[in-house]
Amino acid sequence: MSYTDDNGPMMTMDGKPLKRSLAIALRRQKVRALLLISPLLIFVLFTFLFPIASMLFRSVENDIVSEILPETVVALYSWDAESGELPDEIVYSAFAGDLQLAAKAKDHTRVGLRLNYEKSGMASLFKKTARQAKKWDLKADTSFKAKLIETHKGWADIAVWQTLKTHSSRYTTGYFLNSIDMRKTVSGPEFQPEDRQILVTLFKRTLIISLVITMSCILLSYPVAWLLANLPMRQANLLMILVLLPFWTSLLVRTSAWKVMLQQQGVINDLLVALGMIEETGRLALINNQLGTVIAMTHILLPFMILPMYSVMQSIPPTYLRAAKSLGATNWTAFWRIYFPQSVPGIGAGSILVFILSIGYYITPEIVGGNKGVFISNRIAYHIFQSMNWGLAAALGTILLVAVLILYWAYDKIVGIDNVKLGG
Amino acid sequence: MKFTKTVFATAALSLFAGLALAEEMTIVSWGGAYSKSQLKAYHEPYTANTGVTIINDESAGTAVPKLRAMNEAGNLTWDVVDVEAGPAMQLCDEGLAMEIDHDFMLADAPDGTLASVDFGDFIVSDCFIPQIVYSYTVGYRNDMVGSTPPTSICALFDTETYPGKRSLKKGALSNMEWALLCDGVAKADIYPMLETAAGQDQALAKLDTIKDDVIWWSAGADTPQLLADGEVVMGSTFNGRLFALIEEQNQPVSMLWDGQIYDLDGWIIPTGLSPERQARALHYVRFATDTKRLADQSKWISYGPTRASSALLVDKHAELGIDMAPHMPTDPANSTNTFLMNYAFWADYKDDIESKFQAWLAK
Repeated sequence: MSYTDDNGPMMTMDGKPLKRSLAIALRRQKVRALLLISPLLIFVLFTFLFPIASMLFRSVENDIVSEILPETVVALYSWDAESGELPDEIVYSAFAGDLQLAAKAKDHTRVGLRLNYEKSGMASLFKKTARQAKKWDLKADTSFKAKLIETHKGWADIAVWQTLKTHSSRYTTGYFLNSIDMRKTVSGPEFQPEDRQILVTLFKRTLIISLVITMSCILLSYPVAWLLANLPMRQANLLMILVLLPFWTSLLVRTSAWKVMLQQQGVINDLLVALGMIEETGRLALINNQLGTVIAMTHILLPFMILPMYSVMQSIPPTYLRAAKSLGATNWTAFWRIYFPQSVPGIGAGSILVFILSIGYYITPEIVGGNKGVFISNRIAYHIFQSMNWGLAAALGTILLVAVLILYWAYDKIVGIDNVKLGG
Repeated sequence: MKFTKTVFATAALSLFAGLALAEEMTIVSWGGAYSKSQLKAYHEPYTANTGVTIINDESAGTAVPKLRAMNEAGNLTWDVVDVEAGPAMQLCDEGLAMEIDHDFMLADAPDGTLASVDFGDFIVSDCFIPQIVYSYTVGYRNDMVGSTPPTSICALFDTETYPGKRSLKKGALSNMEWALLCDGVAKADIYPMLETAAGQDQALAKLDTIKDDVIWWSAGADTPQLLADGEVVMGSTFNGRLFALIEEQNQPVSMLWDGQIYDLDGWIIPTGLSPERQARALHYVRFATDTKRLADQSKWISYGPTRASSALLVDKHAELGIDMAPHMPTDPANSTNTFLMNYAFWADYKDDIESKFQAWLAK
C-alpha cells in the first residue's frame, strides 16, 4: 500500500493532500497561539492603541464651530473673506440665530474658547454677546448687523469673521501649523505674531537639554557600569543595590529631594558656604533653571544608562584585554581599541532609552525647571490640563511621537537595533 | 457547613464594602491650612453625624479645566468643589455648575433670616454658595528686608530696595492687577484697561521687569514654604496661609495689608451628578454653610465667614487662643487700601488673559 499516486501529490492516511493537511495543522497552531495572547492583545488595543489613536485624531478634528454655529458656517460660505468688507446681513442674522440657540444650551463658551486659541479676545467676545443674544426676538427683530456691533464692537472687526470662517471646516491643519508657530489665515499659512512664537523654541530646548542629559548620563554611568562588571561579586552586588535603590524610590520623592538639595538655602549651597568656596551673598542658582533640570533628570535617568551598559560589559570576556596586553598594548590602547568598541552597544542602548525617556519627561522639569528649564511636554500638559486646547496638545504629541520614531529608525540604520542589548 | 459560612461571610463583606463605597464623597479644595480648617469645621462633624467618608481632592486650582475635561469625557468624579467667585461664574455660564435655590437649599440663620438675606451680596452667581472672604496678599521675611520693611504692594516690583527672589502665582489673576497698579494706573481704570490688548500688554511689560526674579507658584502651600526656607524675600499667597505661617509656625515673616486683592470663595456642585450623589452633595453644603459651621471655620484660619450671622460669632483661635477678628481681611484696620476683585470681569476674560499670560511666561 502506497500513499502516493504515480503522478499526484503526496497524500495522508485519510486521503487529503499532505500539503493542505500540514497547512491546516499549522494554521490551527497559529490560531491557538493567537488565542493565548489574545487577552494581552485586546488589552493593549483598548487601553493603549485605541486611546492614543483617538487622541491623535483630535489634532485634525475641528467640528465644534460647524456643530454649534451651523447656519453661520453655511452663510459665511458665500462671503469673500479677502474682500476687506464685513459680511452681509444674512451672515449676521444667521449668526444671531445660532448664538441664541447656543447660549440657551450653554454651548457658546465652547466655541468661544475654541476660537480664542486662534485669536485672543474671542472667548470674552462670545460670552458677552451671548448674554445679550438670549433676549433677542429673532422673528420680530431685524438688522442684526447693527445689533451685534452695538452689543460688542468686536463684530465690526473683519479679523473676527475671518477667524470664524477659517476655522469652520470640519478638519483642519490649523493645530499642526500652530505647533510650529504658524497659523492658518484666509490667505494661507502665516507665522504667528512674535509674542506667540514659543513652541519651536521649546522643541529645540527639549532636544538640546535631552542631549546634554544623555551625554552626562554616559559620562557618569560608564565608570559605574565598568566597576559593576569587574568588581568581585560581593562588592558588585552592594554597588548594584546602591544603583537600584533610587530606581525603586518614587520619582516625586527624588525630585523633591533635589529641590531641598539645590535651592539657594539648600544643602549644597550651605555646604559650599561653610567650606568658604562661595560667599554668603553669592549663593549659586542651581534650581528653577535649566541646570536644575539637567542635574535632577541626569540622576533620575542614570539607572536606565547603567543597566544596559552593565549587561553588555558583563558579557565582554576579560581574556580579550589580557590578550591585548600580552601582545604589548598599553592599558589605554587595550581599553580604547579592544574594550570600548565592545561596550558600544551598551552605550547605544542606554542612550536611546535615556534620550527617548527624557524628551517626553514632564514632572521633573515642572518641579525644578522654573521658567527656562521646562520642556515641550510641559506645554502639552498645560494644553491638556489648563487651556483645554486638546487639538494643539494632540498635534504636539504627534510631532513628538514621529520624532521618536524617526530617531529610532535612524538609530536602527546607523547602529542596528540587533546590536542593542537591554539585558542578558 | 463551613462552605456556606464562607459564602455568607463573603456576601456580607461585599455588601458592606458596597455600602461603604456608596457612602463616599469627593470634595475638592485647596489643601494645606485651608483644607485643615474645612476638615475640622465641616468634614469631621459631618462624618461623625452621617458616617459618610469624605475624600479630599486638592486640585481646586485647576477646577475649571478639570470640570470641562470631565464633562468632555462624561466621567464626573467630584461631588462638591471649592472655587473662587470668578470661576464659579464661569462654570455657571458654561452649564457645568448646578443652579442653587439659596433659600430652599441652604439653612436659615438661627434667628430665621433667609439664607439669601444672610449671605447678601456675596451670592454673586446663581451657582455659587458663598463660604469665606479672603485676600491675595504679600508676606515678606523680616530678616531679609533690612531696616525698612515694605509698606506698599509695589515692593514686589522694587528689586533695588528689596533684592532677592519673590514668588508669584503662576497665573494671570492678581499679578495683572498689581502690575498695572504699580505702573501708576488708578484703581478704577485697571479692569477697563485689562479688557484691551494694550492694557494687557502694559501689565505684562511691567511684569517683564521682574520676570527673572520670580519663582512661580501653583499650589497655595508653595509661598509659605519658600518663605520659611528663606528662598524668597517676599511672595504672594492667601492671607490665611500667611496667618498659619506667622502665628502657628512662628516664622520670621510679616504680612502686608496693602493693595491686597479681596475675593470670595465658596462651593459649587457640578451638574450631571446622579440623583443620590446630588442629594448627598446638597445635604453636605446645607450642613457646611450653616451659621455655626461657617463661624467654626474662622477658629482655624483667618478667613471671614460670608454669613452676617456667622460674622458675629467670630471668636478665638481653637488652639492658640488668640482673637481672630484682627486677622480677618474684613477687619477695618486691615482694609484701608484693599483692591476689590472684579469677579464678573475675570469670568469673562480669564480664558483670553490666561492664555496670553501663559504664553508670556513660557517665552
